[in-house]
Amino acid sequence: MSVQIWTYVIVAISFAIYIGIAIWSRAGSTKEFYVAGGGVSPLANGMATAADWMSAASFISMAGIISFMGYDGAVYLMGWTGGYVLLALLLAPYLRKFGKFTVPDFIGDRYYSKTARTVAVLCALIVSFTYVAGQMRGVGVVFSRFLEVDINTGVIIGMIIVLFYAVLGGMKGITYTQVAQYCVLIFAFMVPAIFISIQMTGNPVPQLGMGDTLADGSGTYLLDKLNGLSRELGFAEYTDGTKSMIDVFAITLALMVGTAGLPHVIVRFFTVPRVKDARKSAGLALLFIAILYTTAPAVSVFARTNLIETVSDKEYTAMPEWFTNWETTGLLIFTDKNNDGRIQYLADEKANELRIDNDIMVLANPEIAQLPNWVIALVAAGGLAAALSTAAGLLLVISTSVAHDLIKKQIRPDISDKTELWIARASATGAVVVAGYFGIHPPGFVAAVVALAFGLAAASFFPAIILGIFYKRMNKEGAITGMVVGIVLMLFYMMKFKFDMFGGGTQDDWWFGISPEGFGMVAMIVNFIVSLLVSRFTAPPPEDVQEIVEHIRIPSGAGEAASH
Amino acid sequence: MTPRQKATAYWKENIKYLFILLGIWFLVSYGAGILLKDVLNNIRIAGFELGFWFAQQGAIYVFVILVFVYIRLMNKLDRKYGYNE
Repeated sequence: MSVQIWTYVIVAISFAIYIGIAIWSRAGSTKEFYVAGGGVSPLANGMATAADWMSAASFISMAGIISFMGYDGAVYLMGWTGGYVLLALLLAPYLRKFGKFTVPDFIGDRYYSKTARTVAVLCALIVSFTYVAGQMRGVGVVFSRFLEVDINTGVIIGMIIVLFYAVLGGMKGITYTQVAQYCVLIFAFMVPAIFISIQMTGNPVPQLGMGDTLADGSGTYLLDKLNGLSRELGFAEYTDGTKSMIDVFAITLALMVGTAGLPHVIVRFFTVPRVKDARKSAGLALLFIAILYTTAPAVSVFARTNLIETVSDKEYTAMPEWFTNWETTGLLIFTDKNNDGRIQYLADEKANELRIDNDIMVLANPEIAQLPNWVIALVAAGGLAAALSTAAGLLLVISTSVAHDLIKKQIRPDISDKTELWIARASATGAVVVAGYFGIHPPGFVAAVVALAFGLAAASFFPAIILGIFYKRMNKEGAITGMVVGIVLMLFYMMKFKFDMFGGGTQDDWWFGISPEGFGMVAMIVNFIVSLLVSRFTAPPPEDVQEIVEHIRIPSGAGEAASH
Repeated sequence: MTPRQKATAYWKENIKYLFILLGIWFLVSYGAGILLKDVLNNIRIAGFELGFWFAQQGAIYVFVILVFVYIRLMNKLDRKYGYNE
């Protein structure tokens, strides 16, 4: 069977499963809609969290980006896994014990202030919207390449699917579809990786194959060969990278802390019954994520080596079919600058003739390695699973923020549970439409902002939550000033160096040599300092709030997540 | 012990665990993977330079182990103070 028929079959089966699960597990109350009734097992929650977290970016783009960045790619690998250690040790157990639905709930109650809650809601909405637009785009890319439909039609199909199970099932439906999506995406990621690892090194474990000798019997290590190829073409050595140490440090920290502060990840820990289960599911989530995150750098090495060997200095007319297929999507561009009919792929921008989009490395990898058609189709289904699961999780945060945090808690506290459920559904629908619009007409800044969303989360939420748990004396004045100063500083730096506002600036003008992506670290530190200073000079929090802090530090008696 | 004293003692032990575990967390990622990367790269294990390996593989394995160690420690601590359910 052809790739296209395989893709239709596998994608159709996986979609049928997701929809089936959504119907079986539809939500009947707001509690089921927001936190799946609080009765999800740690194993299921671990898988769901992993699928929620691993977006189209993790599945489709990350290995590709790393294959172009080499060592520097470690910022993503460590940043996006190390954050789970912070989450498991510093946040998940306490927020579960606190037992409300959302992050703004915690901020609002702990800092006894509507202003604090509103600031938190706005931060949650900004972060979630920028994220979800990127997911919709990922769905579009997969559809357009593998099912050969128009990229916009792809986005619309994706919207309808997500809409169906997010709106119907709420958190409950999403959780169980995410479990299925995790299985699909991890299988789809591992199968080609294992195939290629055996092909290139004879080692079936990609994590080990990456450091093994080549299968051609030459006795050369794969990484040495790749370093050699990179040098020849004028690139930095693969295991070396080009970023400065302080920038690598800052970006890694900003991503870690940002991960721990992302509302759609935190909210997952409200769905399990006990504090103990929250810890356990954070651990399982990290384990499930680590399977993909330790395989991805191996895939990057394989893909990079394969790509260079296939295209570098070869006849354009002799290129395999995948090459022309990707050329038609515009994600691969060849311009024969010196008219010799050969492809010169070089670090030097003037002589380089091949432009390769990060996003195609994972998707094209099985084709480059000439794997069977069903494997290629599987990768398409995996990419869709990754994009849809994350989009659904984010949509839920958006609808919860609107229905629960804004309308129920701020504007109309007297609405019934049933009305609130309908408002949540309506706002999820609205959010899907907006996200779909951004997927079809992506504003130029989406890609830039997604990376920065972590910086924003790091600069705003993280210190407020940590201090709220670990420092009883922290009061609302300190927390609010800290959040506002942190996020404003981050926004300022972002606008100055990314969007050329406030006089703009180049790499040489970066403060402490830190890029906007890594600046979340600085803004977070400033937030901590400001919060602590301000709280010193203002009144301590009231007695009952200090009681809340005492209460969340003790794991027993968590009970169910409550809406009041 | 009064409930208050018990809670304080529990919290102190919890904080101690956090310091130790996060210390290791920092050492493997920011230490071995970033700050000491160039030094460790002089050591090779199979095809891997050690600093590079920590940054792209090793740190992640340690992260997973750390969280599971934490889960065990805390479950034991919960039982010790009677906070288990």
